[in-house]
Amino acid sequence: MSSLLPCRAGGFHFKAGKGNPIVKERIESIKSDAEQLLTAISSIEDLEALRVRFLGKKGELTSVLKGLGQASPEERPVIGQMANEARVYLEEKISSAKSALEQKATAEKLKAEVIDVTMPGKKHATGSRHPLQQVEDRLSSIFLGLGFSIAEGPDVELDYYNFEALNIPKNHPARDTQDTFYINDDVVLRSQTSPVQVRVMEQTTPPIRIICPGRVYRSDAVDATHSPVFHQMEGLVVDKGVTMGDLRGTLELFVKELYGADAKVRFRPHHFPFTEPSAEMDVSCFVCGGKGCRVCKQEGFIEILGCGMVHPDVLRRCNIDPEVYSGFAFGIGLERIAMRAYGIDDMRLLYENDLRFLKQF
Amino acid sequence: MKFPISWLNDYLDMTGITAKEYAHELTMSGSKVEGVENAGDGISNVVVGHLVSVTKHPNADTLSVCQVDVGDETIQVVTGADNISEGDYVPVAKHGAHLPGGINIKKGKLRGETSNGMLCSYQELALSKEDVPYAIEDGILILPEPYAPGTDIKQIFSLDEDVVEFEITSNRPDCFSVIGLARETALTFKRPFHVPTPSYPTCGGNIADYAKINVEAPDLCPRYTARVVKNLKIEESPKWLRDRLALSGIRAINNIVDITNYVLLEYGQPMHAFDLSFLEGGEINVRRAKEGETITTLDEQDHALDPSMLVICDAKKPVAVAGVMGGLNSEITENTKTLLFESANFDGPSIRLTAKKLGMRTESSSRYEKGLDHRNLLPALDRACELIVQLGAGEVVDGVIDVDNASDARASIPFCPKRINALLGTDLDGAYMTKLLTDLGCCFVGDDVVPPSWRPDLLCEADLAEEVARFYGYNAIGSTALRGETTHGVKTYTQQTEDLVHDTLTAQGLYQTMTFSFTSPKELAKLSGKAELMDTVVISNPLGEENSVMRTTLLASVLETLSTNYNHRNERAWIYELANVYIPQKEQKLPDEHKVIALAMYGDCDFFDLKGAVESLLDSLRVRGAEFVPESGNATFHPGRCARILCRGEEIGIIGEVHPSVASAFGIGTRAYAGELRFDKLCDMRKSEIKYKPLPKFPAVSRDIAMLVDTTVGVADIERIIRSCSGSILEETKLFDVYQGKQIPDGKKSVAYSIIYRAPDRTLTDEEVSGVFAKTVSTLEQKLGATLR
Repeated sequence: MSSLLPCRAGGFHFKAGKGNPIVKERIESIKSDAEQLLTAISSIEDLEALRVRFLGKKGELTSVLKGLGQASPEERPVIGQMANEARVYLEEKISSAKSALEQKATAEKLKAEVIDVTMPGKKHATGSRHPLQQVEDRLSSIFLGLGFSIAEGPDVELDYYNFEALNIPKNHPARDTQDTFYINDDVVLRSQTSPVQVRVMEQTTPPIRIICPGRVYRSDAVDATHSPVFHQMEGLVVDKGVTMGDLRGTLELFVKELYGADAKVRFRPHHFPFTEPSAEMDVSCFVCGGKGCRVCKQEGFIEILGCGMVHPDVLRRCNIDPEVYSGFAFGIGLERIAMRAYGIDDMRLLYENDLRFLKQF
Repeated sequence: MKFPISWLNDYLDMTGITAKEYAHELTMSGSKVEGVENAGDGISNVVVGHLVSVTKHPNADTLSVCQVDVGDETIQVVTGADNISEGDYVPVAKHGAHLPGGINIKKGKLRGETSNGMLCSYQELALSKEDVPYAIEDGILILPEPYAPGTDIKQIFSLDEDVVEFEITSNRPDCFSVIGLARETALTFKRPFHVPTPSYPTCGGNIADYAKINVEAPDLCPRYTARVVKNLKIEESPKWLRDRLALSGIRAINNIVDITNYVLLEYGQPMHAFDLSFLEGGEINVRRAKEGETITTLDEQDHALDPSMLVICDAKKPVAVAGVMGGLNSEITENTKTLLFESANFDGPSIRLTAKKLGMRTESSSRYEKGLDHRNLLPALDRACELIVQLGAGEVVDGVIDVDNASDARASIPFCPKRINALLGTDLDGAYMTKLLTDLGCCFVGDDVVPPSWRPDLLCEADLAEEVARFYGYNAIGSTALRGETTHGVKTYTQQTEDLVHDTLTAQGLYQTMTFSFTSPKELAKLSGKAELMDTVVISNPLGEENSVMRTTLLASVLETLSTNYNHRNERAWIYELANVYIPQKEQKLPDEHKVIALAMYGDCDFFDLKGAVESLLDSLRVRGAEFVPESGNATFHPGRCARILCRGEEIGIIGEVHPSVASAFGIGTRAYAGELRFDKLCDMRKSEIKYKPLPKFPAVSRDIAMLVDTTVGVADIERIIRSCSGSILEETKLFDVYQGKQIPDGKKSVAYSIIYRAPDRTLTDEEVSGVFAKTVSTLEQKLGATLR
């Protein structure tokens, strides 16, 4: 009787003289054992243990391969081939079992990781610019696009630049229309941004194309539509051959940029001491489109800015020869634009800075 | 400037012009209409009713049943009023009537009795007490006269009038009169215009026997005209006059006062009437006031006068403030028998200044200050006299006094249609312009245009261009695009830096705020800051003490904003403001104005959130080498939680936790953090150039170090030592732990760093790194007394 001692550790001993069919059988039984055990495997650790048992350094199939040296030269290639085939077969089986197990594990993990996507996200807190700043930025970008640059001037200004240079001498009634804050007889808080025009004209030879945004000050008690501090943007163009038609064209373009291609404009004669002819410009009411409603007091139009051709005396005082050059200027209130654009009904909100207000812009 | 449109019919034919059209066309030709109101708009079908009988209501004690004759029929009306009697004439709102306030009257039954209308009180007709001084407060309006029953009530009270209100600009003194606006109307609608010449009989005598005029200040009074009226009968003016005044917003008083007000409205020439018997010496002296003189004006106010003021005086004393208001001592009373009419021309700026000094502004002074036409004096005077005679108010003495020192100089403007077209961008015919200017009242002398005397505002070519443009139509001028050399539309370096500041700080979660540029000394004092903060630019006529000085720092403003938000129960406020501060400069007229950035926050934050925002800003502006140096001496901030920010030796800002007393002074009931940075200095230090640095090719070596140091040691000192010992192979230090408490001895803290070493050109050896590390450790031990853990 041949005694076969399949042992896990250690090698497989070939009984001398007995040969091929026994080894063949052995390989077959390893293969079927392994396959059978595979079906019961449910974890990657167990799978690894199985792989080690059969295909590891001291595994059962490995010892068959190791024991090949004891086989006869004729038997070696045959057994070798069988054993290798078995090895490849088992490796594939183990590998696909592993993938299946891994996929299952992944699927289970994913299922356990379900979250409530309707819960609030972690927003990165950002702030924003003040609505008046946003309006200034918008207007500036329209004019920058037309080749205008941005000039600035001091808030605390000489009476000369705020009035006299603009054709408003001392004791002129026009000073009454703007209740001005005085520091002393010669120094005021500027009541319009026009002084910057004069400063620029004194320093620059035409062509001049500038806008001057900035704070202005008038002694108006605070209420829903008035504030002692507010913002204007002034514009100035001086060049050879500038006409009132150009003034109309430029401002129409600006209004359509700001309010859309359907917006219409209307000019009315007015008076400013520093422009002649002077005008006020209205834009079609954004609520009724020009038909007339409560917002525009049935006019169909809402006043939006003042403008005119720069008065020759103003040019002359800045050493710009009115026989050679002409120009136009305009001034627009930013608070008004902001309030209309955003539907703000109380000016005080703009200077109160309640975060619940600022956050909306 | 307000008046009934129907008045214009005195000077031109207004047929076919609706109120709406009128308002629009005048606005578009340069006289802005504020609005047109029709007092009778809301009223219809209200007529005069004669109460034929008044009987008690059979089913109600408080009601009466009236039979009312309304002209074409007699109707039954039930009323709850108790002030009516048979025979009364009352306003009746018939079935279907409309009353002001959108009320409609329908017939119905009141306690079983039919009522076909409603008897009205004056309030229900939206009349004011001035309109019906005879009316009782609670009751039906009993009409003072037996008007014909059925008369439309609007006729009785002149309610069916369109009243136009103009907003006239200060350069058109001629438009502060009905005649002036009639002229504009005629030009706008292209209709003939005519002002009737006043004419009246005089009663003989000689004015020289009654009064003499002496003008001592012809510079302030270029012309003074006067007439005398005797045998005055002071009484109520006729209805047509009272109505015109009332509709124009002027209360009727008596015929004399009403006539001067009427002429003021019609001609735009202020006039004054003196009781001649109160003019001592029967003379008028037009002169500057003497030091110490006073006057009590018609409104019973006392005023001190000074030599800059022009006054009308008699032989002894001032009797009127010229051009502003008459004196009480010479006013027309019911006993006045003889008056002197003054129609004078005064220097505008002087009147304005005088009125301002006296704290007054009258219909008279507001016209004079714009500069009136002296050629209007005699026509206005004549008109007043014509009205006197027409009203039977007195007899006009022969003769007029006219002290005329007025200049007849007129502007002479070169007329060049080509240049006018060039300015406007039009291509108008010279003949068109000539006709237009002629219609305006100009005459042509050679190549020059001489404007009419009532247009002192026409001085140069541009003024002529405006006249042409406004009648041609501003909106008829074609719109053209700007031509010329392309100009550069680009932001300056500073403006771009501002944009970066906004971008960065908003990305950090801060909201930009805007607050007033002025503040009060009290507000600034709340900061307990340096004394210099209180040296401010002071406003001499501020809107209250809270707005009396220009701010020298933005800190008070941002803290005030935090306070507002805190008191509105907002959980969190992270804000910044970029604005000017104003620092007075000795020897300079204007202060130093420069921009600063102030940041402030409370809610869900601490010092390091504020510092983080500042550091992010410095990063994005690429300002390198900024150091945060502890500062305990600035009383605005918590002495243990404040840092000055230095860069290359210059102080560019300060941040810290707001000192609890300061927070409390501002009403902020929680920890708050604030800081201020010099924007101008940041601009200077900003590196805007970016140069790419190659990515590291060689591996880094990292070493951790944990040590115990005194709590007073700043981590900046530790880093400084690590940097100086490591030389060029130091890539980065990462602070990953600062710990105090259990297992740490008192007065000590544990600080742990990861130090990353890397060389740009080679792989570092263990030796090199260890050497440097050892040196670092020993220096830390020596210099800072650190002990390794």
